[in-house]
Amino acid sequence: MFLTDDEKRMRDGAEGDAVAAAMDLLIRYGAALDAPRLCDIRNVAGTMTQPSPVKARLVAEGGWDKAFAVINLDSDADLTIPPMRVPTCQLQHGFGPDSVDIVPYPRANVDLQSDAESFYGRHGVNILATCTPYQVGNLPLRGEHCAWMESSAVIYANSVLGARTNCEGIASTGAASLTGKVPCCGNHLEENRLGTHLVSVSGIHVESFQDWGMLGYFAGGIAGEDHPVIVGDISRPDLTELKHFGAAAATSGGVELYHIPGITPEAPTLEAAFGPGAAVPEAVVYGPAERRAMYETLNEIGSSPDVDFVLLGCPHASVDQIRQAAALLDGKRLSPGTELWIMAPRALKVMADRSGYTEVIERAGGRVLADSCPAMSRAAPAGTKVFATDSAKQAHYLPAILGIEAWFGTLEECVSAAVTGRWNGDLR
Amino acid sequence: MNGSVILHGRTVVPGRVEGEALVSHEPISGWGGIDPARGVIIERRHELYGVCFTGKILVFPSAKGSSGWAGFFQTTRLSGTAPIGMIIGRLSAKSALGAVVTRVPAITDLDADPCAVIATGDWVLLGNSTVEVTKQ
Repeated sequence: MFLTDDEKRMRDGAEGDAVAAAMDLLIRYGAALDAPRLCDIRNVAGTMTQPSPVKARLVAEGGWDKAFAVINLDSDADLTIPPMRVPTCQLQHGFGPDSVDIVPYPRANVDLQSDAESFYGRHGVNILATCTPYQVGNLPLRGEHCAWMESSAVIYANSVLGARTNCEGIASTGAASLTGKVPCCGNHLEENRLGTHLVSVSGIHVESFQDWGMLGYFAGGIAGEDHPVIVGDISRPDLTELKHFGAAAATSGGVELYHIPGITPEAPTLEAAFGPGAAVPEAVVYGPAERRAMYETLNEIGSSPDVDFVLLGCPHASVDQIRQAAALLDGKRLSPGTELWIMAPRALKVMADRSGYTEVIERAGGRVLADSCPAMSRAAPAGTKVFATDSAKQAHYLPAILGIEAWFGTLEECVSAAVTGRWNGDLR
Repeated sequence: MNGSVILHGRTVVPGRVEGEALVSHEPISGWGGIDPARGVIIERRHELYGVCFTGKILVFPSAKGSSGWAGFFQTTRLSGTAPIGMIIGRLSAKSALGAVVTRVPAITDLDADPCAVIATGDWVLLGNSTVEVTKQ
């Protein structure tokens, strides 16, 4: 891999041992990717503060410097971690102190994370604590090179914003935060950003939040790690629908970039989506049968209709999603055996508090929680056996992570399940 | 069937290792797909649900799902549950970083589909941009 003189100086230790270790990791990673060179970035979204057993052990051995060296730089050396070189934010992590009486989550993790926040805050990490940094002020511009992880954020940044990032990991974002560099390949290069598969919606109209999630789950299965292009009978989606679509496509497949001609920025037309003069592939149809198949796949883990737990806000809810849930819960009361949690970025929870939505939700017995989610923290209400969600991503992952059953439906069906304790969903 | 097959590819992480192959025909998830403490695949819909990959040469078509992929495989190294090598059909940033931080020999871009040529239980020698498969 070609290195500039500056990059060679970093590698050779001119900026300190930690930066040299970061550059060493980038060189090993760049070689693994067969990347021709590195590119400059100044926007990193990674994770450092999330508690784990391995991290707790490393912190006990050598403090946060040690934990960052091993986990975020893949280095065994004793390093002193300098301030972040470029703007860096913390994605979603564990639950915080304000959830202690609500979420069954180890107090030791809460304390470890609080300690981490003060260490990394001092090192210049913005603690956004959400899987949706684009909802709370980290909104990269079109063409901006970034080093982001979190598959649902990566696909949103590439597709909806037109920014350029590969699906980075904990170590590569750590190394990027100390160097402002990342291997320049994949989604960073114009020629790699074209559509590869055509999905045509036909015989149904994709308009609702639920339908956008199912379409994303389908597109991910079709495209794998490639770039689906969506056409046909679809409404103009909003932020929350594309947030759901992308998270689902990154779950069933490994999609990091998609185009919707006329809607997403790099595809003003179908021709632009596949490249000028390129052949448009034969369309894969998404119709009533495919929609039904997605619905049944996402519900195949559910068998008991007795719902213990309703989970909303995956990826983290927008203020408007919290408002919609509040409107449905207004004047209602949750079933005694059922809990309802809405996950949100902390900054947006503050807005929901201020707008009175949180109070309405709490009066019904529900909760608005920040920073984390049951999947990240492996935590659900005690005794949960069956949960319901409006998120295709969460319906996919949580049964494996917590060993529970899942129902996938609309927001209205989820709220109804929370109020009655029974699942009554159906594909309409 | 007995016999030997040699595949040629591109080195992802240098090194030489031999051992028993564990072949997945489906992509593998890291976060939500494996339990790093036990080295076991936990995705319920997966063909290798409940199977342990510790000490095996893991052969798989691609990485899917969360960007926690590499971090989860790094944790298998730190927990002593890691595979000893990786043969990756189609490399991505997730699996490239995953192989690097698991610090095991890894190879991709082979001249035949490794998930079709290699079967679970075959003896595999990985190194020098080649994979030597002894069929069991």
